[in-house]
Amino acid sequence: MKIERYVLPLLGAVVLAAAGMSVPANAAAEELVKFSVVDGQSIPASLTGKPGDPVKGREVAIHRKKGNCLACHTLPAPDQPYHGEVGPGLNGVASRLSEGEIRLRIVNPKYANPATIMPAFYRTEGLHRVAKKFQGKPMLTAEEVEDVVAYLMTLKE
Amino acid sequence: MRIIRLTSVMAGAAVAAVFSVATVATGEPKSGYDFAEPETREMQDDDFSNPGMLIADYGGELWSTADGEANKSCADCHGDAAESMKGVKTRYPAYYQPWSKMINLELRINECRVNNQKAKAWKYESKEMIGLASYIGYQSRGMPMNVDIGGKATPFFQKGKEFFYERRGQMDLACSNCHEDNAGNMIRANLLSEGPSNGFPTYRLKWQGVGTLHRRFKGCNDNIRATPYERGSDEYVNLELYLAWRGRGLTVETPSVRN
Repeated sequence: MKIERYVLPLLGAVVLAAAGMSVPANAAAEELVKFSVVDGQSIPASLTGKPGDPVKGREVAIHRKKGNCLACHTLPAPDQPYHGEVGPGLNGVASRLSEGEIRLRIVNPKYANPATIMPAFYRTEGLHRVAKKFQGKPMLTAEEVEDVVAYLMTLKE
Repeated sequence: MRIIRLTSVMAGAAVAAVFSVATVATGEPKSGYDFAEPETREMQDDDFSNPGMLIADYGGELWSTADGEANKSCADCHGDAAESMKGVKTRYPAYYQPWSKMINLELRINECRVNNQKAKAWKYESKEMIGLASYIGYQSRGMPMNVDIGGKATPFFQKGKEFFYERRGQMDLACSNCHEDNAGNMIRANLLSEGPSNGFPTYRLKWQGVGTLHRRFKGCNDNIRATPYERGSDEYVNLELYLAWRGRGLTVETPSVRN
């Protein structure tokens, strides 16, 4: 098993000093918590060190300015109109993928498939012409990522 | 100069038979018309119900209105647009020697205003610009897009192509991710098209008005949280050239109606 360590964008010397310490999810936008990718397929450990909240996760997943999962995926959310068909349906996703595999696909699915259309929801580096308002900010906070992971883990077949 | 309205379909006639939506991979490019809802197509098919025709009509008035220190109208030099402008949209963007780069129809209109009419350039997204560009585009309705990408245009075509495949923005998306790989798929409530340019300027239901292709580029870039380029920028003109080439053979539908 190959473990790669990704120390994601630590902008500034202050942050470097704190690199070994846990960073709160809602800290300054530039600081992403470190995480480990296993075999390019899985991020087994929670970004926050604790489980997420599946109820909040459903809200984040549906919110058009946050997860906006429905733009591309179907979800078992009949109260929501117009589910996209760009990506695979997410009903039963927890029966097909492990928690770590789901987490990786939210954090940055390009670890598993560089050609994927799916955005990385927890990444700020290596992007081109990011609008000023969003520069240095991931699409979701670490806490929101964990909430969505927790929600998706409830979608078993 | 008024536009003679036709109650039946012009561009639509050939396309209307094609109701199935397919991706680029199957070969022939598809117009945004093919991806539009039936009601949207009907609005476009009938010039009397096409809201874009109002601004094209306004462009027709501008065509014959003298302007600038030269006190000349477009018609004073170019005569009847139905003759002189027929087919022009199919060839733009084109290589423009004085700039040593590409020029599109909107920028060409401003060149003529400044150099020949001795008038002030219009703002890119102004009612005047959209009107005249729609009126001129309308004169090519039903004719196939046929830009020249050879010779001096080639490096600009390559830049446009690179733009199309380059990921950008917080969402890290290239044009191709949606408009090539997923054309024909629903993204939320919208059917992704191949993103061709043959219908622009277009009346967009979402805008409740007519807008330019570069406005649409900006909207797309904003949606993926990327810093857009200026309307009329080299980047967007080169992209326009690439899209015109991708959609070569599609008939001009200006002013089209889209959702």
